[in-house]
Amino acid sequence: MFLGLSVAATAFGLGWLGIILGTLLYEGFSGIDLALFTESTPPPGEMGGLLNAIAGSLIMGTLAVAVGTPIGIMAGTYLAEYGRYSRLAFFVRFVNDILLSAPSIVIGLFIYDLMVPTLGHFSAWAGAAALTVIVILVVVRTTENMLLLIPNTLREAAVALGSTRAHVIKRVTWRAAQAGMITGVLLAVARISGETAPLLFTALGNNFWSTDLNAPMAALPLAIFQMAQSPYEDWHRLAWAGALLITLAVLVLSITARILESQPERR
Amino acid sequence: MATFGNGLPLPIFWEPFLPSHPWSISVTEDASFLLSSARVRRSYQDDRAFKRVTLACALFVAILFLGIIWSLLDGAWPAIRAFGVSFLFTETWNPVTERFGALGAIYGTVLTSALAMLISVPIGIGIAIFLVELCPRVLRRPIGIAVELLAGIPSIIYGIWGFFVLAPLLQQYVMPFLIAAFANVPILSSLFAGPPYGIGIFTASLILAIMILPFVAAITRDVFEAVPAVLKEAAYGLGATVWEVQWNVVLPYARSGVVGGVMLALGRALGETMAVTFVVGNSHRISTSLLAPGTTISATIANEFTEAVGPLYTASLIELGQILFLVTFLVLAAAQFMLYRLERRAGGRT
Repeated sequence: MFLGLSVAATAFGLGWLGIILGTLLYEGFSGIDLALFTESTPPPGEMGGLLNAIAGSLIMGTLAVAVGTPIGIMAGTYLAEYGRYSRLAFFVRFVNDILLSAPSIVIGLFIYDLMVPTLGHFSAWAGAAALTVIVILVVVRTTENMLLLIPNTLREAAVALGSTRAHVIKRVTWRAAQAGMITGVLLAVARISGETAPLLFTALGNNFWSTDLNAPMAALPLAIFQMAQSPYEDWHRLAWAGALLITLAVLVLSITARILESQPERR
Repeated sequence: MATFGNGLPLPIFWEPFLPSHPWSISVTEDASFLLSSARVRRSYQDDRAFKRVTLACALFVAILFLGIIWSLLDGAWPAIRAFGVSFLFTETWNPVTERFGALGAIYGTVLTSALAMLISVPIGIGIAIFLVELCPRVLRRPIGIAVELLAGIPSIIYGIWGFFVLAPLLQQYVMPFLIAAFANVPILSSLFAGPPYGIGIFTASLILAIMILPFVAAITRDVFEAVPAVLKEAAYGLGATVWEVQWNVVLPYARSGVVGGVMLALGRALGETMAVTFVVGNSHRISTSLLAPGTTISATIANEFTEAVGPLYTASLIELGQILFLVTFLVLAAAQFMLYRLERRAGGRT
């Protein structure tokens, strides 16, 4: 009886996963063709693709990862290596974990308040900034976790050989935690590739091809949001295709991260 | 403070921030006093510079947090001044007359989250028990991974699925059935009243429940796995059934962890934006019926922010965001406290 209940619960949970992925594959693949990757948002009723949205997501995502990763790694390094028990580290750790689970739309509001009225318009810069914040939060958490796994004896041995602390961190602990830290970046990419809420009123979205960072820019999640809510059948098809692309990207990234993480550490 | 050789205190710039070091003797600083060759001095400078960079980055995260609080307060100020406390208790949301109140959105947020938790917590715990206690070893990892992957799917995917698949299904089959079934039952008839729109509080809660489920399952599983096997074995040895072991041994031991995990999931449910925005219906009216359209704080912001004209409208939306941030902050802080307590206890026992 009890066994039955918990098996039923598991079947229920996995059932949803199956149904959601099933619909996504079915609806998504019917929308995938060459035009999806070579043409920009069509006017309703015409053929077109998601090229502008894919490019926008890539541009803003790349910027966010390029800026956010070093900051996140450095901050995570401070937490694990220098201030492990300090009050500042305790505060930063607490705040980072809160922001990581806090609604991302709040981060959107923050960047909006910071950048949009100042610049006078929505822009890809603002969108990238919002994503950067999320990248930092994810990378700080994973970097610290991974560095804490490195045994102290390794650090002590290096110090005993006369290395400076910076040298120990750069040459010993980072190297030992390398796979885990790369995992963190992959997870950050997975996280931002589906983020919609922080982009709504920063990057805004754009129906045309644009690489101008000072102008509103399209992004895949934004395009899905806009197209799914429209009354046009063609746009629905594109929205499903876009959703499939995002899901595949996220799944591939998180599975890769998992494989990297489970590999034995090289010493 | 470590001293070495020459007996001078170390000139560590950030010492006030560092009450204790993970490994406390700093060789670097002293080496530079003892051997002042250019090369050593350079590596000493590198060392200090590196430390300052990492510290600056850590401070940056703290500043982000304070910046978010400040900017929300700053952005919401016109609305706070105009409406005061009554903002929280007013149902009216009228952009034309510029009268704004958050009650409808708060009501929707709390109700959808509560319903979602009601559905997903028991099921999530069931999955966790299955994975830890009953699952054949071969299946344990694949199912665990599947649950975690479900947690990683972006919310907009749940949104579009809920909008195109779940909502029409509910509208055609489930909702008419509920309305008909409870038509003559006193209280339930008003809960399940009105035309079956397909979208509304009920649909939003369902989508939220599906989204939250993997979080609850993954966290409770981790907590259950931390329960020492000796305790369970002792109970089994006394002749307890699986159910009795779970209820009398595992759950009490893991209580604060489970509560922490549930609150973490609640924090997500409260702030969930895209999945809810698609299916909640965006109506600020409070209705007794669960099937009626409603709205949540995050859905309101997502739907209306770019269309908001006038400073008061924008400020009211930012104040909504501020309320949301405050509430999720409290919930998440409580969750962290519970999980931290469990971690400390587990650390103390092993």
